[in-house]
Amino acid sequence: MLGHIPYFIAAWIFLWGLYGIVTSTNLVHQVVCLAVLQTSTYVLLLTIGYKLGGTAPIFADIPVGTVVVDPLVQALMLTDIVVEATVMALLLSMVVKANELAGTVDPDQLRIMTG
Amino acid sequence: MSSRTRLIFFLFPAGVLAAIFVWGCRDLPAVGDYRGPYGYVITQVTVPERHATDVVNAINYDYRGFDTLGEEFILFASVLGVLLLFRPSARIGGDRDKNGDDAQNRQVKIDDALPISDALRVTMQAFVGIMIVFGVYIATHGQLTPGGGFQGGVILASAPMVVYLSGNVWAFERIVSHPLIKLVECLGAGGYALIGMAGLLAGAHFLTNIIPLGKTGDLFSSGTIAVISVTVGLEVTGAFVLLMQTYLREIIEERLGQKS
Repeated sequence: MLGHIPYFIAAWIFLWGLYGIVTSTNLVHQVVCLAVLQTSTYVLLLTIGYKLGGTAPIFADIPVGTVVVDPLVQALMLTDIVVEATVMALLLSMVVKANELAGTVDPDQLRIMTG
Repeated sequence: MSSRTRLIFFLFPAGVLAAIFVWGCRDLPAVGDYRGPYGYVITQVTVPERHATDVVNAINYDYRGFDTLGEEFILFASVLGVLLLFRPSARIGGDRDKNGDDAQNRQVKIDDALPISDALRVTMQAFVGIMIVFGVYIATHGQLTPGGGFQGGVILASAPMVVYLSGNVWAFERIVSHPLIKLVECLGAGGYALIGMAGLLAGAHFLTNIIPLGKTGDLFSSGTIAVISVTVGLEVTGAFVLLMQTYLREIIEERLGQKS
């Protein structure tokens, strides 16, 4: 059970992010909560790919065959981080527009509908 | 729905989700007990097959290249979304040419809005050149050492940001509104797909590594991995510069609006 703690940490971060999104009263805060939620996937992927005693999968100065951690999950994470950054930029610009149009960043107050 | 009811509606499914997750994790291998097989296979074959020493980038730009192409277009689409939302005509009542501001006047107003100390200005400006060299180094050595297009692109895009932080808003505007930035963005996005097409033209599959692989450890090795890394670097640089330009313009417009 002790070796499974990182999995539980990933779930813990995920649920706190979700909690933040559900209870948030500010759209900017909500976007940041989404980022927190997404961080849980990094913890999960690192946990899956980690090998005890493994080093970084870069063979520039170590011979092929050395024990390394799984590079596949790292490649997934790398693109995830960049995409997350731009998607957050898009979400935040939506928040700016929502504030301009509705005059509020509280998701509960955003109930206006204009044609 | 009151926030209290919402919380109850959240807590019950969240508890169930947590319980199922813990139950599902029971039989997973403990951390550090990696069983493979893909990680083992890929670390064995990458250096002999692709002559690239950074396995992560070999996966990103070759073995999983088609996926990364898709992810690059997510990046492209998000940036397009931001540019669309902040397009000048959508700005409510923000007709900046109406005030008849000339460039000089505008610059003075911007300087007013953003006061800055000399120490910060000098340090920041000294860093610009170093950052550009470092960014190019990271983007071009992706096939050998940790780094690659994504990381190098972000560092390169930070260089104009540092120019902005050093208080030289005018120089920042001149750099980021250069037509070259849009060209870089398009080259980055299109270049990746074109390299994929080159595989088709050579009679192989899309994104096949058709460029000679070279000697392992050389800068010009690993075939298309190095080339794709550079195009991704261009794409990311263009994307982040366009994002920053759009955001900062919005901020400056707002501050100028408050001043006048």
